[in-house]
Amino acid sequence: MSAEWGEFALILAFALSTLLAIIPLYGATVNQTLWMNYAKPLVYGQFLFLLISFSCLGYAFAHDDFSVQYVAEHSNSHLPFVYKLSAIWGGHEGSLLLWALILSGWTVAVTLFSQSLPATLLARVQAVMGMIAVGFILFLLETSSPFLRLLPTPPEDGIDLNPLLQDVGLIIHPPMLYMGYVGFSVAFAFAIAALLSGRLDTTWARWSRPWTNIAWAFLGMGITLGSWWAYYELGWGGWWFWDPVENASLMPWLVGTALIHSLAVTEKRGVFKSWTVLLAIFAFSLSLLGTFLVRSGVLTSVHAFASDPKRGLFILVLLALTVGGSLTLYAFRANTVHTPINFSAISRETLLLINNLFLTVMALTVLIGTLYPLLLDALGGGKISVGPPYFNAMFVPIMSLMTLALGFSIGVRWRDTRHEVWSKILRLPALFSLLSGLILTLFCDHFEWLVWLGLSLSLWIVSTVSYDFVKKFANTRSIFAKLRQLPLSYYGMMSAHLGVAIVAIGITLVSHYSQERDIRMAKGDQLDIADYHFEFKGTQHFQRENYQTEQAQISVTKNGNWVTDLHPEKRHYPVKQSMMTEAAIDPGLFRDLYVALGEPLENGAWAVRIQYKPFVRWLWLGGILMTAGGILTVADKRYRQHR
Amino acid sequence: MMNPKRQKRLYIILAIVIGSAAAVGLTLYALNQNINLFYSTTQVAQGQAPQQTRIRVGGMVVKGSVKRSSQSLHVEFQITDYAHPLTVEFTGILPDLFREGQGIIAQGQLAANGTFQADEVLAKHDEKYMPPEIKDSLKTQPKGGL
Repeated sequence: MSAEWGEFALILAFALSTLLAIIPLYGATVNQTLWMNYAKPLVYGQFLFLLISFSCLGYAFAHDDFSVQYVAEHSNSHLPFVYKLSAIWGGHEGSLLLWALILSGWTVAVTLFSQSLPATLLARVQAVMGMIAVGFILFLLETSSPFLRLLPTPPEDGIDLNPLLQDVGLIIHPPMLYMGYVGFSVAFAFAIAALLSGRLDTTWARWSRPWTNIAWAFLGMGITLGSWWAYYELGWGGWWFWDPVENASLMPWLVGTALIHSLAVTEKRGVFKSWTVLLAIFAFSLSLLGTFLVRSGVLTSVHAFASDPKRGLFILVLLALTVGGSLTLYAFRANTVHTPINFSAISRETLLLINNLFLTVMALTVLIGTLYPLLLDALGGGKISVGPPYFNAMFVPIMSLMTLALGFSIGVRWRDTRHEVWSKILRLPALFSLLSGLILTLFCDHFEWLVWLGLSLSLWIVSTVSYDFVKKFANTRSIFAKLRQLPLSYYGMMSAHLGVAIVAIGITLVSHYSQERDIRMAKGDQLDIADYHFEFKGTQHFQRENYQTEQAQISVTKNGNWVTDLHPEKRHYPVKQSMMTEAAIDPGLFRDLYVALGEPLENGAWAVRIQYKPFVRWLWLGGILMTAGGILTVADKRYRQHR
Repeated sequence: MMNPKRQKRLYIILAIVIGSAAAVGLTLYALNQNINLFYSTTQVAQGQAPQQTRIRVGGMVVKGSVKRSSQSLHVEFQITDYAHPLTVEFTGILPDLFREGQGIIAQGQLAANGTFQADEVLAKHDEKYMPPEIKDSLKTQPKGGL
């Protein structure tokens, strides 16, 4: 019965979200507390029923109820229990249910933590989030219910979860990503509420900042996890493919990054107000676009689930309503905001404006590269694909300029900085980064100009950030007191910016010094890559819980000393009749050794890919630092006292 | 004469216009350098596909056509849209889902001798999946045996 209860709870949640979209909004318009007070129970009720619905689906998975079509398509009685649970979001329907659940979770969080907000503003925020929930739950009920039954003859067993998704990275990657995607709905709701009330002031920016920062942190973590998962599970050692779905998550992240900086300027200096609102609208719209691109099946991608034109159309209409509606509102209201410009050419405002410019241009180029093939195809222009060279050609120069601007922005003050002061502050870090970048490049395998550039830019961030930090202690006697006195948001900013530098170092070195060989290896065959000596010792066959595997043993030595034994696998999942490559990695802070089995050849030989990946971990380390930075800013007590 | 304030504004607007024009121009240029057109094997057989240009071809792998070298990772196979087969040569590791009778997409260049020199072979991680390009190009061909 659980599926029917789940469907029923979903319908109830839909009814509650419809009320939530209407009643508090009406209350805010006529300024009646009675109507606005309805929001709270509606928010809690909506979350409760979505949670029940989600749990019902989980119950069906846990109890192998294969009469439920979604369970039958994504699970199997031999699937390990933890994957049965993560299979809830292993397909289109369940992941949308998770989307809706997370949305209502964010709404509950806003309700809980925003009691000190003006009642009308809070009511409007809740109502806007209710509207989004209406759209998504209706989408679930109309086109993608996970509770459909296969009756009267249910299959005896399920057709199993895609083996690629049977992995710890895939248990946490989608929820993290959705937390980010959906989290931007809060910033969006605040922006719309502010537009509705016509009060676009600095307090509005202060309220939406922590929500935006936390959503941004989650999204960054989701992208980092996705890259890490692709690296060891899917990509044969690649960590970013410019796959349309990766782009779909990168675009809201780029605009979200612009948004958190623009919000800072709006809060501190009261400028860029309309621009900030626009960014909030676009960050969420791009999240919706991301959902559309992934779910509609218009794109050729590993992420695209079975395509259904009805679904694509529905999300497209939803997207058009969101973007169209909010931009219309924006057009009517934003021109009422006028702020005198009170900053000079050399000021933090200007540099943050430049940062915003680079980030939005980058998001735009990614958007063009992702949608161009779709547009061309729709116009009958033939089938094309836009390759990574395009994205790299755009990404590297734009991001290089941005890291340059990042360092500059740390050295300047708000409003105005005198030219002489500025150049005096930045001279030392500039010299340091250029020189140490050069020295480090000379230590590398071979000299490359781009490596010097990349390392210098990264060190430029490191040195300006450190210089700024050290400068804070210029006139203090007690270092510890000062350390405690600095706000958490300052540490957050430092952490995030250092994260950018770490990622940049990782990208630079792994792109230029990786070594890769595809080779045929039989027992006893040997290969040398980057000081490491690999010897193929043969393969063994194992029978596991829900698959069989051929496991190879490859022993690695360096200068005659044993380093590690790597055991890459080729797995066979009998239920789906599918093959899976399980790479073996010897991870390290400065290099990864990566071995993957291709296909078996004659006489017990195998096709083997062996890779040496310097500094690849730094990509994800930097991502973690950025996420930590986002979380630290939210913990800042400046935001707590305003609740 | 324009007043200084207007003049300054004019310069700013000019800078924005030139800047965005340059950005759009560079983007389109980069895009045009890096798009890969898709051709069906029939189009290749009819000589519609250019040589020495990076293109994509797709089709079903012909049963019994896969020939592996015993010394290296060189492999040769045929793909077809059920009308005209095309010989593809590739050196490297084929994807897990590469199988005879399976739809694949190869990326690379058409050689003068009529074979396709692939530098990348793509198959999807879903056995029911067929790349839309192949599906469409199959639709335009009469059905037949391999």
